[in-house]
Amino acid sequence: MAWTGLSIGLDALSYGMVLFIISIGLSIMMGLMRVVNLAHGAFAMIGGYLASFALKNAGVGYPLAIVLAVLGTIAIAFPLEFLLYRRIYRKSDELTQILLTIGIAFVIIGVANYILGPTTKSIPLPPLLSGPVDLGFRMIPAHRIFVMICGVCTAGLLWLLIDRTEFGIRLRAAVDNGDMAESLGIKTQILFSATFALAVGLAAFGGVVGAELLPVEPFYALRYMVTFLVVVSVGGAGSIPGAVAASILLGLADTTGKYLAPEYGEFFFYLAVILVVFLFPNGLLGRRH
Amino acid sequence: MSLRFGLVGVVAIATAWMSPAQCDTIKVGIIGTMSGPYALFGQNFKYGIDAWVAEHGSKVGGHQIEFVYRDEESPNPAKSKSLAQELIVKEKVQYIAGLYFTPDALAVAPLLEEAKVPMVVMNAATSAIVEKSPYIVRTSFTMWQNTVPAAKVAKARAAKKVAIAVSDYGPGIDAEAAFKKTFEADGGTIVQSIRMPLNTTDFGPIMQRIKDSGADMIFTFLPAGPPTLGFVKAYIDNGLKASGVKLLSTGDVVTEPDLPNIGDSGEGILSTYHYAVSHDSPENKTFLADMIKVGAKPDDITMASVAAYDGARLIYKMVEATNGQKDPDKALAAVKGMKWVSPRGPVSIDPDTRHIRQNVYLREVVKQDGKFLNKELQTFDAQPDWGLAKN
Repeated sequence: MAWTGLSIGLDALSYGMVLFIISIGLSIMMGLMRVVNLAHGAFAMIGGYLASFALKNAGVGYPLAIVLAVLGTIAIAFPLEFLLYRRIYRKSDELTQILLTIGIAFVIIGVANYILGPTTKSIPLPPLLSGPVDLGFRMIPAHRIFVMICGVCTAGLLWLLIDRTEFGIRLRAAVDNGDMAESLGIKTQILFSATFALAVGLAAFGGVVGAELLPVEPFYALRYMVTFLVVVSVGGAGSIPGAVAASILLGLADTTGKYLAPEYGEFFFYLAVILVVFLFPNGLLGRRH
Repeated sequence: MSLRFGLVGVVAIATAWMSPAQCDTIKVGIIGTMSGPYALFGQNFKYGIDAWVAEHGSKVGGHQIEFVYRDEESPNPAKSKSLAQELIVKEKVQYIAGLYFTPDALAVAPLLEEAKVPMVVMNAATSAIVEKSPYIVRTSFTMWQNTVPAAKVAKARAAKKVAIAVSDYGPGIDAEAAFKKTFEADGGTIVQSIRMPLNTTDFGPIMQRIKDSGADMIFTFLPAGPPTLGFVKAYIDNGLKASGVKLLSTGDVVTEPDLPNIGDSGEGILSTYHYAVSHDSPENKTFLADMIKVGAKPDDITMASVAAYDGARLIYKMVEATNGQKDPDKALAAVKGMKWVSPRGPVSIDPDTRHIRQNVYLREVVKQDGKFLNKELQTFDAQPDWGLAKN
């Protein structure tokens, strides 16, 4: 029984970490720039496609493919930032944001479906990460261990970046009072663009490392949109510890539900969401805006 | 320019108006998943039909056949019904064909008798569909048809305790029932019966559950599409394959386009199905060559294209039998009992059920010359739809 519990816990943790890596970028966008970016999943999907292409057609190694996918996605997203997103940071109303970003998501889905076709694109893992690892009491896919490490590193590095660096201080200043920061000589526009690139890059990273659990296909962007939004709203927009807590909690609810009563589908996932949002309207660790 | 087009238009309309007898185009409405996550199979419908037309021309006894496509997108009965109504009323189609999903086929069925339009189902695989109207004939397969041989295989391979994991919707429940009934009748034990929601992508917990149940074989069905890959990978990566638990499925789980994605570790997976792209016969060679000619990519060919190819054969036969007139009873009578050699092997239309009788093959995933394929190991001859035939 204890082993079963531990076993579920491991599955939950790895699923939660995938949710975290992808959702944290969305959380940063929503919390710091007040943009509800419904196209976030689309950027994760682009990352997955680029990595798949780099690995299967260009023949590069897995680590390089991740780097290329992240940079490539940022490069693809940059014109969108310059032409569209820049107009909706921090000021516009929600309806404009939602229409704009869901429109972008639809365009990306359509283009992906047209160019790459509707089939799932795999991201081949290097031998080190594929296959099972024996933990004694159970076998676990090596890839899941890698995902957990990635999740912990991402959380740690982001916390350092936002809480402990010059960039983070400036960013938080720009978020709390944009006009004052501007008059103190902080170039808020550049800061926001950099943050956008960070969010998109994280999405792409999550799209690549999470592809085993959330397979990359054109409808990825819509299929998991609600899941990502739920993680952000349960965790509280903009909060890194909040996103970690939410991801693990929701991963646990989903995985336990699947193990004990698979026929209930996502019932337990959404039950957890309802309870948390009922008890913490701003998310577990969110701030009131 | 516009004046000229206008004149041409007027003349065309006038000609059509005055002499309906000479305007002899018979329209066939195809409802298929032309876009969306299942677009591969809608495209396969089109390629299969195009391959048939490429071989046999677009005319039957002086009647021009025109295929009109409509997009079913997803399991969406309301939409499919309105598409069928539009095809019947506005396009005046004489035949409807296609239908990837069971709910969509069921939604169209009630229209057929009133409109006197026969329907050729080219995929939807729930047994009961053909019972919903005397004007339905099916060229694809049913879950019972493919699953009963699977249960026989499980028995023959000395499986004692089987865990069933199926997608939680009509065909999945059919597969579960068919396997359970056949395997238990042969003295086997089902230790677990899991119904997985259709949108499941993380199969880790399900694999753990199966492993804890002590099963020595898994029988599974998921509709061909993104999740099948996740299921097979979870089976391998959670160590079930390594610890000797066998995986047996219907062919939907190991469609040829997915095999390269499953990779080396997929070798040895067993499945039962009515068509493998690798099927070795002159008919299949011709068929595949024509598929390539009409633009299909070799790696994208699936069972849906064969069902569409054979479906087009039935439509041509029906047009021939009725000489282009709208006479559904005569059309159906012409195809009942029809026998031919399809790219999948010898087949016939069962005169009582109007469902296709065909060989079901046991296949194994193997790697040959660097390519993965489903290699046929054993043939179950002329399988009826076990869900309808009271066997």
